[in-house]
Amino acid sequence: MNNLILLVPLLPFIGFLVNGLFRKSLSKTMTGVIGSGVILAAFAISIYLFLQVRSGGAIPTSVYFDFINIDKLNVQFAFQVDQLSSLFLLIITGIGFLIHLYSTAYMHEEKPEHFARYFAYLNLFVFSMLLLVMGANFVIMFIGWEGVGLCSYLLIGFWFKNTNYNYAAKKAFVMNRIGDLGFLLAIFWIIAKLGTSNYADVFASVKSFTPAELTGITMLLFVGAMGKSAQIPLYTWLPDAMAGPTPVSALIHAATMVTAGIYMIARSNIMYTIAPFTSHFVAIIGLATAIFAATIALKQNDIKKVLAYSTVSQLGYMFLGLGVGAYTGAVFHVMTHAFFKALLFLGAGSVIHAMHHEQDIRNMGGLKKYMPITHITFLLGCLAIAGVPPFSGFFSKDEILVGAYNENPLYYYIGLAGALMTAFYMFRLYALTFLGKFRGTHEQQHHLHESPSAITFPLIVLAILSVFGGLLGIPALFAENAHSLEKWLDPIFAGSHEYTTAHHLEHSTEWMMMGVSTLLIVVIIVFAWRSFSRKERFEENKGFGKVLENKWYVDELYDNIIVKPLNGLAGFFKDVFEKNIVDGAVNGVGRLVQYSSRQVRLLQNGQVGSYILVMVLSLIVIVLLFREQTVIVSALRKIF
Amino acid sequence: MPIHYYIILAATLFCIGVIGVLTRRNAIIVFMCVELMLNAVNLMLVAFSKLHYGTYLKNGAMGASGIDGQMFVFFIMVVAAAEVSVGLAIIVMMYRNVHSVDINFLNRLKN
Repeated sequence: MNNLILLVPLLPFIGFLVNGLFRKSLSKTMTGVIGSGVILAAFAISIYLFLQVRSGGAIPTSVYFDFINIDKLNVQFAFQVDQLSSLFLLIITGIGFLIHLYSTAYMHEEKPEHFARYFAYLNLFVFSMLLLVMGANFVIMFIGWEGVGLCSYLLIGFWFKNTNYNYAAKKAFVMNRIGDLGFLLAIFWIIAKLGTSNYADVFASVKSFTPAELTGITMLLFVGAMGKSAQIPLYTWLPDAMAGPTPVSALIHAATMVTAGIYMIARSNIMYTIAPFTSHFVAIIGLATAIFAATIALKQNDIKKVLAYSTVSQLGYMFLGLGVGAYTGAVFHVMTHAFFKALLFLGAGSVIHAMHHEQDIRNMGGLKKYMPITHITFLLGCLAIAGVPPFSGFFSKDEILVGAYNENPLYYYIGLAGALMTAFYMFRLYALTFLGKFRGTHEQQHHLHESPSAITFPLIVLAILSVFGGLLGIPALFAENAHSLEKWLDPIFAGSHEYTTAHHLEHSTEWMMMGVSTLLIVVIIVFAWRSFSRKERFEENKGFGKVLENKWYVDELYDNIIVKPLNGLAGFFKDVFEKNIVDGAVNGVGRLVQYSSRQVRLLQNGQVGSYILVMVLSLIVIVLLFREQTVIVSALRKIF
Repeated sequence: MPIHYYIILAATLFCIGVIGVLTRRNAIIVFMCVELMLNAVNLMLVAFSKLHYGTYLKNGAMGASGIDGQMFVFFIMVVAAAEVSVGLAIIVMMYRNVHSVDINFLNRLKN
């Protein structure tokens, strides 16, 4: 069993090595087969492991070797496959495989070498992500955490000849590093306190922390999550990360990597449950991000940017769920979001592919009749994310919102407003892309076509999952004990249940909430559909719309309050400190040597007479100096 | 005659030689001053040798012991003669080439 578990991350790693090392000699077909094949094999093993966990409970931690063993600190290289990680394994390898398959078609225009480089990065990403979720302690998780950050950087800047893409990659990396620092400090703190970072040991001795320590640690962990999962204030990298190839956006920046923060908090749920201050903080940040990103998405015109802000917003919902203690709801939303957001991104990729890298939805329209499969699957994805019953997004979002209502009704109302905005911008996007008349050039219209089956197959599979995925978590309202995900994850969150009092809303309240939200969402969808499906002309945004289109000027704000002062400081050091003090010291030494050598050189003037003069004078000086000690001189004095 | 007469004479000669070397520019005069210094040293060697030879004899020394200084003087004279012949040849060659025997003119190797 240990070896089988090890094989799950090892297979993508082998794929990475093969594709990376032999990228110049492998054909595109071979690269595609290896790249996707290893993930498919990992997926098969993941299914087996999942079934094992299902029949026999969590598999005991598999220890491979001592990773760090110094004095009292012993960090083992160990994997833990339990209910939570096996679920993530399925999401990562399953969706990962679909996206690898999709990439074989989407990236087909690349040269073989770059094609292989792409697959090598993608495999390395899956490897790191698997390490992140399978690690049995915080250190292994951190290795994966850094690995996915690196792969994200590499893949955002995949088309490295474009300077803007490189800036986007750097931005993502730096923002992530800010968060990583928090995560790292939290790990140090835990190790300093307990001498171990194993989940089992840490969570068992969670009571030995003082409340202040626990708040500090959980806050630092959350800073890590903020960076990786793009929460306020560290979210601005995610929309820029859309510079990467679209399948990358689907896999890394929608389905898996950005949910690492949610995984981490869900994993350490017990620490958050008994640190109420942090939990409130998480909820508020999540809610603020959800609503803030949704407002920005309302006015974006780039198909991928809309989806990116939508992702930020949905991640905000997940953190809201974690913050209010609806851990199952958050993980549920991770899963359904992975389905429908991957679907939407891949659909967008299919559109971009057909439109020859046109991403502005103002130049699209009417694609419905050219791309029937993409259209249908995209529509299903939109319905799922908007939260229309019985699509998957409805169940998971509803569970989070009910949790929020239990905590504070205000959270619920704000969350609902965000959900309505989600419905609006998604159907604005849908209507502008697929309905109405085609607004692009004739050239583009002539080339419009449905994408090949390697692209449509993943779309269909993900569409099925988006439609039916919600049935894993049917609320008690509809049928008692039908929430299979909650039962599945119960062992993970059991520890937290001791500290929380279970709220149960009146069924009538819940029915009313559900009915009202569904009604409002449907109204919004109809409104968006009607206002955008026949839109031909686009006016300049004015006033508030302009603020939204420019993303509340947050990038400019960061630029002014952080980047520019830092650049100014760096400029000061470069122009003043470096030039005058550092260079001054270095050059000063050189100048001093030159100056003194010039002075000494004067002695050697070529005049024989002066040499002799110096010689005679020095002899006289020597004789005078040593007149007491010198035998000869004292003898001379005796004579005179 | 007391030894210090010799010493004063030799020191005077030596100083004249040194001052001549330092102050004069004419290569031949410098050369002559160098000879003067050598001869001052010769004088000293002879004088001390004579002085110490007497002491040796008083102590019952035999043969040629104590006359090292006088022998040394002969060596110096021979070497000086050789040196003079070479040096004068150099000065002659120098005069043929640059039409001058000014030693300050001989700084072409500088820089």
